[in-house]
Amino acid sequence: MLTRFFLMGLDKKAGVLLTVLAVLAVAVPFMALGTAPDSPWHLSTHTVALLGKYLCFALLALSLDLVWGYVGILSLGHAAFFTLGGYAMGMYLMRQIGSRGVYGNADLPDFMVFLNWTELPWYWHGFDHFWFAAVMVMVVPGLLAFAFGWFAFRSRVTGVYLSIITQALTFALMLAFFRNDMGFGGNNGLTDFKEILGFDIQAASTRVGLFVATVVALAIGYVLASAVVASKLGKVLIAVRDAESRVRFMGYETDRYKLFAWTLSACMAGVAGALYVPQVGIINPSEFSPASSIEAVIWVAVGGRGTLAGPVLGAVLVNFGKSYFTAALPELWLFALGGLFVLVTLFLPKGILGLAAQLRQRLPSRGAVAGTPAGQKGV
Amino acid sequence: MFKSGFKTGRTLAAAAGLAVTFAAGFAAPASAQDTIKVGILHSLSGTMAISETTLKDVMLMLIEEQNKKGGVLGRKLEPVVVDPASNWPLFAEKARELVTKDKVAAVFGCWTSVSRKSVLPVFEELNSILFYPVQYEGEESSRNVFYTGAAPNQQAIPAVDYLAEKEGVKRWVLAGTDYVYPRTTNKILETYLKSKGVKAEDILINYTPFGHSDWQNIVADIKKFGSAGKKTAVVSTINGDANVPFYKELGNQGIKAQDIPVVAFSVGEEELAGIDTKPLVGHLAAWNYFMSVNTPENADFIKKWQTFTKNDKRVTNDPMEAHYIGFNMWVKAVEKAGTTDSNAVIDSLVGVSVPNLTGGYSAMLPNHHITKPVLIGEVQENGQFETVSKTPGLVVGDEWSDFLPDSKDLISDWRAPMSCGNFNVKTGKCGGKGS
Amino acid sequence: MHRALCWLLAAFLALAAPAAFAADQGAADLAPLVRGLGAGSYADTEKALSALAGTGDPAAVPVIEALQAGDLHVRKADGAVVVAKRAGSGFALTDPLTGAALGEADRNAVEKIRINNALRRTISATLGALTLMSPDANTRRQAAEAVFKSRDANALDALNTALAKETDERVRRAMTQARAAVLLAGDAADADKVAAVAVLQERGDQDALALLNGAANSVSNGGSDAVKDAAKKAVASVEQRLALWGAAQNLWYGLSLGSVLLLAAIGLAVTFGVMGVINMAHGEMVMIGAYATFLVQEAFRQWAPGLFDFSILVALPVAFLVSGAVGVAIERSVIRWLYGRPLETLLATWGLSLALQQAVRSIFGPTNREVGAPSWMSGAFELGGLTITYGRLWIVVFAFLVFGALLVALRKTWFGLSIRAVTQNRSMANAMGIRTARVDALTFGLGSGIAGLAGVALSQIDNVSPNLGQGYIIDSFMVVVFGGVGNLWGTLVGALALGGVNKFLEPYAGAVLGKILVLIFIILFIQRRPRGLFALKGRAVEA
Repeated sequence: MLTRFFLMGLDKKAGVLLTVLAVLAVAVPFMALGTAPDSPWHLSTHTVALLGKYLCFALLALSLDLVWGYVGILSLGHAAFFTLGGYAMGMYLMRQIGSRGVYGNADLPDFMVFLNWTELPWYWHGFDHFWFAAVMVMVVPGLLAFAFGWFAFRSRVTGVYLSIITQALTFALMLAFFRNDMGFGGNNGLTDFKEILGFDIQAASTRVGLFVATVVALAIGYVLASAVVASKLGKVLIAVRDAESRVRFMGYETDRYKLFAWTLSACMAGVAGALYVPQVGIINPSEFSPASSIEAVIWVAVGGRGTLAGPVLGAVLVNFGKSYFTAALPELWLFALGGLFVLVTLFLPKGILGLAAQLRQRLPSRGAVAGTPAGQKGV
Repeated sequence: MFKSGFKTGRTLAAAAGLAVTFAAGFAAPASAQDTIKVGILHSLSGTMAISETTLKDVMLMLIEEQNKKGGVLGRKLEPVVVDPASNWPLFAEKARELVTKDKVAAVFGCWTSVSRKSVLPVFEELNSILFYPVQYEGEESSRNVFYTGAAPNQQAIPAVDYLAEKEGVKRWVLAGTDYVYPRTTNKILETYLKSKGVKAEDILINYTPFGHSDWQNIVADIKKFGSAGKKTAVVSTINGDANVPFYKELGNQGIKAQDIPVVAFSVGEEELAGIDTKPLVGHLAAWNYFMSVNTPENADFIKKWQTFTKNDKRVTNDPMEAHYIGFNMWVKAVEKAGTTDSNAVIDSLVGVSVPNLTGGYSAMLPNHHITKPVLIGEVQENGQFETVSKTPGLVVGDEWSDFLPDSKDLISDWRAPMSCGNFNVKTGKCGGKGS
Repeated sequence: MHRALCWLLAAFLALAAPAAFAADQGAADLAPLVRGLGAGSYADTEKALSALAGTGDPAAVPVIEALQAGDLHVRKADGAVVVAKRAGSGFALTDPLTGAALGEADRNAVEKIRINNALRRTISATLGALTLMSPDANTRRQAAEAVFKSRDANALDALNTALAKETDERVRRAMTQARAAVLLAGDAADADKVAAVAVLQERGDQDALALLNGAANSVSNGGSDAVKDAAKKAVASVEQRLALWGAAQNLWYGLSLGSVLLLAAIGLAVTFGVMGVINMAHGEMVMIGAYATFLVQEAFRQWAPGLFDFSILVALPVAFLVSGAVGVAIERSVIRWLYGRPLETLLATWGLSLALQQAVRSIFGPTNREVGAPSWMSGAFELGGLTITYGRLWIVVFAFLVFGALLVALRKTWFGLSIRAVTQNRSMANAMGIRTARVDALTFGLGSGIAGLAGVALSQIDNVSPNLGQGYIIDSFMVVVFGGVGNLWGTLVGALALGGVNKFLEPYAGAVLGKILVLIFIILFIQRRPRGLFALKGRAVEA
């Protein structure tokens, strides 16, 4: 039953994507660890970390697509959930440093020591344990999303207004986390991690392990999202996207459906953030900035909203472009990024996958693409 | 790319293939070249571009100059510029890219503390070299980082001493942006001032967010605090962008330097270039270098800089001098070691001494900080500083402040027998408290 | 006449104040003292200055003024102290005492006599004491204020003399207060001190409070208990008064911040509120306006430095047109394809904003550009216990002017009518013969142009850098959404309310926490009224 629930959402694209992920999960460890450093097939830790980062962003894009592409909620605050998940993981990693910090204080992280904190704030307790942090990674963003959505959806805040207040939410969180009095390291955030679950965080094998974990998380996220979208619940969500009032008049309590998708999406974003932090080695409040949320929206738009596979592709492509341009043409990369935003919205309103589907429709095709948003309004 | 009949499945497979291909592209080892690569890791876009772009330019100039002299070890230097875009995780990523992919011999970069904290583990893991050119809060010493900016004792404490002695200041406002540098500096200053007999009620500490632009209340509060019948001064650790509106408000509310002087640690010639300085004449800054310093080395440096940027109005500032010192130290150390190998260069850097721009020599200390003179300057109408006080000798950079309870017992010495960044003199062990 | 009076004063001083015995010496005797100003260190200069002031000779005034202005130089050849003014590539020299021309000198032939803060203080104190008898009432008042600040006991006699002859009421008051300050800070008789406390209590501002606090707490200058008690009472009364004024001052700060928010948001109220375009490039329009101001000022600096005070006035239309033109270009090239898809305009305009920032960074460089304040926007004035800075005052006035003008334009003009027609029912407007495409372009241009005007104002209080717009974009959206999209009055009320609340919270919660609370307040408020303070009603809203 449950297996059917998870499998029914999987279409051909899903098959391809999952295959690609499976190949990555096998090939990358082999290329990174099983080859000689001077072999042309060798992957440096730099590349592994980079790929891992792209896939974390892909998971974030996937979670965003779940609410934007299928429920019509354009969140400009998804970075908030991502970052909160990241902080939960960062706090665990900070506690793992123990007495190896520069002051050798086993009880307090370094930033608390030199700001003369004497004891650990209450909200840091429990983060010594991985299981607790792992739960918090989903609970904290999930709770915030639930509370926020509970009020917003009941009050029928929609469209632009909802987008703007999600932006206000992440902006407020950014300002709050910038404050050193909050006890999250202020502007510097959390950094200088040593180990995760007892493994040296800098070791190549740990990095590969984290990469594989990210691949697995992305695959699970994808299967889960496809299942939700393909279920009856998913049909209601799509109906809400296309004509919320009509769905409500038919007797559905639309705010509950929205709240479910919204909270699930936030939890997924939290997991993405948690996987992101050990791979990039730092989490700090600027991740909350509204700009990062808007960038995530672009990944979805580039790949094609409402396609699940599209955002994954979009996140990887845009971030690869960003890595390339910031090194190759540092002065020009903002033009490239800005131009991409404009061109995609003007010429690729349905993203790359949408374009592919369009091109295919001109020719005899074997099946329609499921879930492509068509002619929806008001979003 | 999307030809007719192209299947989605194949598209994705192609994308995955692409991913593996570029991964392999990354992996391809850099072919052996006869240049020495030098990484430049400064933000060229985003909020920090305002300060860091200049440092990228100065590095390009220094490298060009060095190449004119024949390079280092008979090989030309090749700058590798990347843009971490004021994004802290991107700093770590770009640092890793510079070291592993471009195989640079050393990196010159970072401005904010958080960017340094972000790249620090990368440099330690890959055992490479970073030169960090900005004044900072101290409380750090890494084997792989060389701090050419000022530690708090090379900037903050002499400035406070000057105000207390020469201006007779009895009451202090410590105003800063809410991040680690002001927080730590103010902690140090608070302890220091109290140790000099200043009472708690004569110290006002205030923090504002980054880019704070509405200073009306705070300036009014400063004015109020200054009217308690004792000479008052403001010690400002306000960060870059917020300074212009702060000084504009000071000028407008008529706080003159002769009434309540403001001494700043983050305001240099570059920042003043954006302000009408007439109302600010007499406000102070503490640095290790001013563009107005009258030495032949400095005149030469300014001339080269203005020629390089093709702009005879371009100003120079303290972090630029730090890069000048750091770069020359690196060149000297590489020549001394005869190789660009990190371990050899790190070892030979300690003890290297090169001319600074203020007419003396700066030496690299065993704690990877350098010796610097401390200058106090007053703002002039032309946007320059006039030196009003200079420490008689060079001040030794102290990474672990003596005025913070947890760091006063720590020292750092990266030379062979000790080779430790946080040696506790009380417990005699390396590693902080050594628990 | 002027000079004669000065001499008369000098003679009078000599009689009235035997202490200032040196006053009857001629200008010739000042010469060595003037020469001493250029001796070298700050301490030497200060010593010479005190000696010069000690003579009480008004002839020293122009010398000290030249020192203050930074015109006093040492001629390297002979060590003579001269007044050197820029003339071509070199300096024109004059004798500081006699004013006789001494020819010209090369830039390297003279060295400026540098002054530091301590010297600046001595100079103002000295000048204050020396110019108390100036024929100009304003100068006299400033002199009195200077003495008030310096509390220089040596000035007391001059002050008494001047006070006896003073007729101007305002100057008289200033002098009385200065005298009180000197008495209270010095070692006068108790009765005098108590009287002085009363005078200062009446003045009742921060400076008076500083003095009174000093008197109330001091043990050093031997103040008796009677004085201390009086001072303590006065402190309490002044503090109470200041607290009242402080509340009013906070209101003013709120109004001032509100007007800045209004200015920043009002253009967005057109592009976002009226047209429905989520214009993330709005901040960059503001930035372009600020850079236009910079360019106009550069032009003035280059070709008409004398008219610099008018540069801002010229910058207004320029900024409006430049930002407006950029706005029209954006609308024609990008936005017009995206009507009816508001959230996609968000993405496209965000991309544009990144590109515009980088473009400005490439053209003007990443560093701040200097935009000067015209003299009529510098400084502050006191209104009761309020300190109101001219810059802020003009911005408040300007914000309301722009708001009023926009309101009139939308309500009373044909163009405004077209805009409203197109936004309310595009196809009907089209059918009635309105060229909707043109109206769209012009409306977006209008919104952008107003943002440009905001840029002119913001260039006066903020950084002119490529990041300028980023700092205001979120606040602007909050204001428009809070006020109610599509309603200009909502934007006005929203801006003033958010500014007021922010400034009300700041003293209690601090700047950061205050802002966070305001954001949370907005989030909660939107739950209560999902369409803002002044919601548009009707079917069109749902679309």
